[in-house]
Amino acid sequence: MAVEAKLAKEIIAKRVAMELKNGQLVNLGIGLPTLVANYIPKDVYVVLQSENGMVGMGSTPEQGKEDKNITNAGGQYVTINSNGAYFDSAFSFSLIRGGHVDITVLGALEVDQYGNLSNWIIPGKLVPGMGGAMDLVTGAKKVIVAMQHTAKGDNKIKKNCLLPLTAKGEVDMIVTELGVMLVTEKGLVLTEIHKDTTVEEVIQLTDAELIIDENLKVMNI
Amino acid sequence: MNKVVDYSVIKPLLKDGLTIMIGGFLGCGTPEGLINLILEMGLKELTIIGNDTSFVDKGIGRLIANGNVKKAIVSHIGTNPESGKQMHEGTLEVELSPQGTLIERIRAGGSGLGGVITPTGVGTIVEEGKEKILLQGKEYLIELPLRADIALVFASKTDTFGNAYYKGTTKNFNPIIALAADIVVVETEEIVEVGEIHPEVVMTPGVLVDYIVKGDF
Repeated sequence: MAVEAKLAKEIIAKRVAMELKNGQLVNLGIGLPTLVANYIPKDVYVVLQSENGMVGMGSTPEQGKEDKNITNAGGQYVTINSNGAYFDSAFSFSLIRGGHVDITVLGALEVDQYGNLSNWIIPGKLVPGMGGAMDLVTGAKKVIVAMQHTAKGDNKIKKNCLLPLTAKGEVDMIVTELGVMLVTEKGLVLTEIHKDTTVEEVIQLTDAELIIDENLKVMNI
Repeated sequence: MNKVVDYSVIKPLLKDGLTIMIGGFLGCGTPEGLINLILEMGLKELTIIGNDTSFVDKGIGRLIANGNVKKAIVSHIGTNPESGKQMHEGTLEVELSPQGTLIERIRAGGSGLGGVITPTGVGTIVEEGKEKILLQGKEYLIELPLRADIALVFASKTDTFGNAYYKGTTKNFNPIIALAADIVVVETEEIVEVGEIHPEVVMTPGVLVDYIVKGDF
C-alpha cells in the first residue's frame, strides 16, 4: 500500500481522533498531530492544551485578526475558546507532569516494541532539543505516537530504539497509515490494519516483533 | 515609589559575561527593546537562560545570531539554524533541559529550594551526570536550581511600582524568572498609575521588580 504523504497523514489523523473521549484534556504536538484537531467527531468535546500556556486552544485566527499575544507551542497565532485559560510555564508543566493531561499525541523518529520513543535528537546531525516532549511523554496518562510507518524507506518501528530516547517505556499506542499497534506487557500488538494493506506488508515494514491480535480489525476511518 | 527609568539607566547594569534570564516562548513575550540594547552594546560571552533560542530575527534568537552568547540553557534550539551551526562549530555551548524541568529549576532558584525531583528524563541521556533518587518505588532525577544576575521580563501592563500583568500566552517564563535573578528589569507595553491594576489580577508583585522601562512595541 503506497500512499502519498498527505493522504497518509489524513488517515493517521482521522484514526487518532477516534481515540479522543468526551471531556479529555489533550495535547497535540507540532506537525502531523496538529491535524488530529480537524477530525474530532462532532459529538466529542475535548479541551486542547498548548504547553506554552493555555487550555481551551481554539482555531487559527482569520487573516488580519491575529493577536501577537496569543500563540501556540509552535509559535503560530491561535485563538482561545471562551472557556479557556492562560497560565505560565510552571503551571503548564504541572498540568503535564501531574497527570492532568489525558492524551498526548506526538511524532517520532523511532519507536520500539517496549514503548520507548526517540523524537528529539539525531546526534551530530539534527539537534532541535526536546522542548516539552520529555515531560509530555512522561506525564500524560496516554501517549499516542502518530507517524508515517516508514521514513525514506527506513522502518521506524524498531525492536530497540537506536537514537537517544525521549522517554523509556511510556508509549501506549502507535498509529500509522498502515495500522494501529498497542504496547502491552506481552509485546507490540497489531490490532488494526488499513483496508488496502496486508498483515504481511505491515510485518515487512516493521522491525519490531509484532503480535497479531486474534481480533484484528480493519481501521474504521 | 516610582521605578520607571530610561534604557540609559539599564545600560550600566548589563555587562559582558553575565548570566541573563529572558522571558518569551519562540519570541512571544520577549522584551525586544532590551534585546536591542544588548545588541547595540555589543555584549559578549553572555549566558542566556530562556525557553528556546527563538528565530534568527526574533527575541533571544537575535542575540545568538549576533554572537553575543557563549552559553544557552534552553529546552529547544530547532527553530534557529544559527544555534545549531554555532553549537557544531564550538562557539556556542548549549545545555538542553526539558521544558518542564527548566522552568522548575528556575522556580526552585527563585524559591529557595535545593533542586527539583522529577521523573522527566529518567532512562534518557538527560540523566547523565545527575544524581538519581528512588522514592516510594519510583526513580527520579535531581535537577539543580538556576539563578541569574539579571532577569529581563516582558509585561503587557505594569504600574509604576512594578506590579505586572501579562496578556495571553506572553506569561510563559516571565513571572517565574522575576523570582530568580539579583536584578529584575521589566519592559512593559503600557505603564499605568499605582492602583490601576487591581491587586486581584496582579501576576507579578511589584516588590520583585527593580526597574521598569516603557517598551517601544
